[in-house]
Amino acid sequence: MKQFQYVQPATQQAVLEVINKPGTKIIAGGTNLVDLMKRGVTAPDKLVDINHLPLKHITSTPKGLYIGALALNSVVSENKLVAEKQPLLAMALKSGASPQLRNMASVGGNMMQRTRCGYFYDTAMPCNKRVPGSGCGAYEGVNRMHAIFGASSQCIAVHPSDMCVALAALDAVVIIAGKKGEHRVPFTEFHRLPGDHPETDNNLPFGELIVGVEIPNNNLQKNSYYLKVRDRQSYAFALVSVAAALDIENGIIQNARLAMGGVAHKPWRLFDAEKLLIGKKASEESFQQAAQLAMQGAKAYGHNSFKLKLAPASITEALKHAAGLV
Amino acid sequence: MEKAININRPSSADGMSRIDGRLKVTGAAKYSAEYAVEGLTYGVLVGSAIAKGSIAAFDIKTAERAPGVLFVVTYLNAPKVPGFQPDQKGVRAQLKVFNDDKIFYNGQPIALVIADTYERALYGASLVKATYNKEEHQTNLTENFGKGYPPRGDGLYKRGTEDAWKSAPIKLEQEYMVPTNTHNPMELHAIIARWDADDKITVWDKTQGVKATQHDISQLFNIPLENVQVNSRFVGGAFGSALRTWPHEIVAILGAKAVKKPVKLVLSRADMFTSVGYRPHTWQKIGIGATADGKLTGITHQAYGQTSPYENFTEGAVNVSQSLYACPNVNTKYNLVALNVGTPTWMRGPGEATGAFALESALDELSYVLSIDPVELRLRNYAETDPENGKPFSSKYLKEAYQLGADHIGWNDRKQQPGTVKKDGWFVGYGIGCGMFGAYRSGATVKATMKADGTLHLQSAVSDIGPGTGTAMVLIAAEQMGMPADKISFENGASDLPQAPTQGGSATTASVGSAVHQACVELKDKIQKLTGNSGTDNPDYAQILKQHDLPLLEVTAKSTGGEGRDKYSMNSWSVHFVKVLVNGSTGVVKIDKVASVADCGTIISPKTARSQIVGGAIGGIGMALMEEAVIDHRYGRYINNNYADYHVPVNADIPQIDALFVNKPDPILNPMGAKGMAEIALVGMAAAVANAVYNATGKRVRELPITPDKVIA
Ligand SMILES: Cc1cc2nc3c(=O)[nH]c(=O)nc-3n(C[C@H](O)[C@H](O)[C@H](O)COP(=O)(O)OP(=O)(O)OC[C@H]3O[C@@H](n4cnc5c(N)ncnc54)[C@H](O)[C@@H]3O)c2cc1C
Repeated sequence: MKQFQYVQPATQQAVLEVINKPGTKIIAGGTNLVDLMKRGVTAPDKLVDINHLPLKHITSTPKGLYIGALALNSVVSENKLVAEKQPLLAMALKSGASPQLRNMASVGGNMMQRTRCGYFYDTAMPCNKRVPGSGCGAYEGVNRMHAIFGASSQCIAVHPSDMCVALAALDAVVIIAGKKGEHRVPFTEFHRLPGDHPETDNNLPFGELIVGVEIPNNNLQKNSYYLKVRDRQSYAFALVSVAAALDIENGIIQNARLAMGGVAHKPWRLFDAEKLLIGKKASEESFQQAAQLAMQGAKAYGHNSFKLKLAPASITEALKHAAGLV
Repeated sequence: MEKAININRPSSADGMSRIDGRLKVTGAAKYSAEYAVEGLTYGVLVGSAIAKGSIAAFDIKTAERAPGVLFVVTYLNAPKVPGFQPDQKGVRAQLKVFNDDKIFYNGQPIALVIADTYERALYGASLVKATYNKEEHQTNLTENFGKGYPPRGDGLYKRGTEDAWKSAPIKLEQEYMVPTNTHNPMELHAIIARWDADDKITVWDKTQGVKATQHDISQLFNIPLENVQVNSRFVGGAFGSALRTWPHEIVAILGAKAVKKPVKLVLSRADMFTSVGYRPHTWQKIGIGATADGKLTGITHQAYGQTSPYENFTEGAVNVSQSLYACPNVNTKYNLVALNVGTPTWMRGPGEATGAFALESALDELSYVLSIDPVELRLRNYAETDPENGKPFSSKYLKEAYQLGADHIGWNDRKQQPGTVKKDGWFVGYGIGCGMFGAYRSGATVKATMKADGTLHLQSAVSDIGPGTGTAMVLIAAEQMGMPADKISFENGASDLPQAPTQGGSATTASVGSAVHQACVELKDKIQKLTGNSGTDNPDYAQILKQHDLPLLEVTAKSTGGEGRDKYSMNSWSVHFVKVLVNGSTGVVKIDKVASVADCGTIISPKTARSQIVGGAIGGIGMALMEEAVIDHRYGRYINNNYADYHVPVNADIPQIDALFVNKPDPILNPMGAKGMAEIALVGMAAAVANAVYNATGKRVRELPITPDKVIA
């Protein structure tokens, strides 16, 4: 590990003063960043500890639920307001990592966590995300965990978060602070697709800080479910995950939210499938139709072909759970 | 106490707890990396980035100049290892680490960076640059069968008619694959090496055999045996990975010589995939034939296992087919394929676990073709004597084991027709898999000292890698001496203690336990001579020593490898019953219940015995459902070499596992009546899971691990 400087600026303003210099990295829980430093994937000169900033609160506002960027994954997942207003988020969080990790991991860090692609992690391997222009190791390599949507020949990595899949489904908004003040970005526009610049995971402007997320109120509490399909029952990243939430009245779907994880470089929101569901009966048949539509444009790269079958099956399964059909 | 034992949740009624349990859970147990040796420096390995060829050049200048770096060891400047043998393909042709420029596999150690702190050594290691002369490598087993060769002789075994299965009325032939599994014990391999003089060395080293390590270091560095002190007081799991001396141990010793200071080398998790062996990727094919009423008429079992370019590693992958069932015609073939990988090594249930996956799956497949219950099919082919040589078994209570396990899991609820039972939307299935492993015993010496205060101290060099060896030894002595266990202590894991075999092959209790037994017999003899009577049930040893004005009384007793191997076939047996739930849409498999039954003779320490069986079953669940070290063959490099991506079971994967013991003594192997249990705890488990998945869904997965993609394929 390269030797680095460690600083703890007293205020948010002071943090913003230092993080807009190259070679500087924010550290929150450190559960992702430190691993990457140990493996030599990233080698910052300066770590800026933000853990003492007052960004831990979870509050209910007239507009929705506000969660500070430093709220711990464990705390959010156990929070009463979250359980009451956004149970889908709690469920997604609880399916992620392990209790020990969730106890350290922050909401902001979770959003910013990098892909778990093995080629990205191994500095002896090619990876356009780590070293632009070095090639994509996974494209013709071991790509069982990789993307089936929105990938490019430059990068077929997936975003590994569970929390973010729920937030994408729930129309969350990211609140970002810069030197010039705060601005808001819809969650579905926060992460990006790899295109020709896989080295950039998201649209957080350089030198700015995530301060929180806001989830607008909804009527999806009764019928929501996060399904995570993985190689072991805990402490494993998703092969495919599905965040499903429905507003059902008299058996008819009034409103639907669907997003998938483990399938793209960003949480993959399924807007068309949602639209198809509205006005339909909450039945296995409708769910299968939605799943089929959701798979349009999917493309596999070899080892991950099974996802073409697993993904729609998982969407149907998640929707059935959400609707109380299982 | 000849009563079957079933322990679900252990309590004080099940006997003594692990003697070192408290030390372990409070962190007081010191492992090899934890010794604060004075003047310690820290080493970090650099691995090669190609799989075959040679090193063209090193650039170590930046690394040498990095803060805190003391020395960068490479083959160019490493002190010579006098004991390296000249090239020859054979068991002794170990990797001659830092000896020349040759690269045999990706990740092979090519440099050791030594610094004043671990972090600085780690950074220094990232600055070592090597360029290579690359050659074409091969790491893909299934593409290289053409290069297969028998490890010794012709690699063939034949009993009766060759390929007899082909002419059987009922027959099938299938291929089975076990991928590379890594031991990956929680404790990383670690060594602290300190030269005490030019010809004297002390190491604190993770090893399953301090005596073997002492011998290897003495030979390799050409120093007298008594000048090599090997300490390995606690070992945090090994499963076979510490059964031999590995390159990193040699490297640390070389490094300590170079910097003239003690060097600590702790492998990284990634190093664990390339430094300390693994269960080799093995392809198998089984042809099996039977009469319509389920009598086996022929088995043909072939296997190709991978090994390294410089060394043959062989294991008994096809051996189970030779002796698990009474079958008149059996032929087997075992070949190695040398690939650009490090040398594999024994991993829990070595060979047998791989072979049993194939044989026990094939038998299950046969049971469906025959429409005979899989337990019944096994009973119809029950071997009353060893089918390989006709010898009687020293003991075999596998029939009792079948009964115990079947009753316990509720085998009667199983439906022969697959895919017919559902519960809460999940398919339900039951499976069975059997295991066997030779019951071994070798010579061991134990020193027993009765002290003036009436406490007994036992000493043996043996390692305790976690099975609870010390606990069992104390219990053997307690019973023999008629004294409470809490007055007995056990000291082990150092090369200056009395001779003991390496802890492996499930033979420790039989070997060292026999020596403890012998020592107690001799000690009691001595005491009887003093007191002139035959002793009482609870002798007051302190009083006796006092009466005779003795500060202590000691004996050093040697036990041999035992007798009867010429007359008897000696084995431990197991049967695993598994109930699974399978999600038909996502392919997720959940283990619902396990009943593992062991016929391993008398149970000496019920709690640690249970823990062995549970641990083995969990290892088997890992092998069945998730473990696979994946290589990108284009680079010949592991792609999931970390604990996040190489999956081993976590609590959520583990259901209720019940350990059951037949608990009948083996009258031949040793005076305690105990047989080994570590290997059989795992052997057969993977097949039991695969068979249960088939029973649940009708999907037969012959290539481990059984991940969701394969179930829905
Ligand atoms: C073994 C393992 C298994 C895991 N399994 C899962 C899983 O199944 N599902 C899942 O979702 N996750 C999983 N994770 C990932 C885990 O959720 C993330 O590591 C964690 O959420 C990161 O949060 P952190 O606070 O520790 O971030 P850090 O490691 O501190 O930071 C991560 C990144 O975020 C940046 N950052 C942090 N806070 C801010 C901020 N406020 N504004 C701007 N940038 C910021 C940092 O600069 C850094 O680049 C796993 C991790 C591990 C190690």
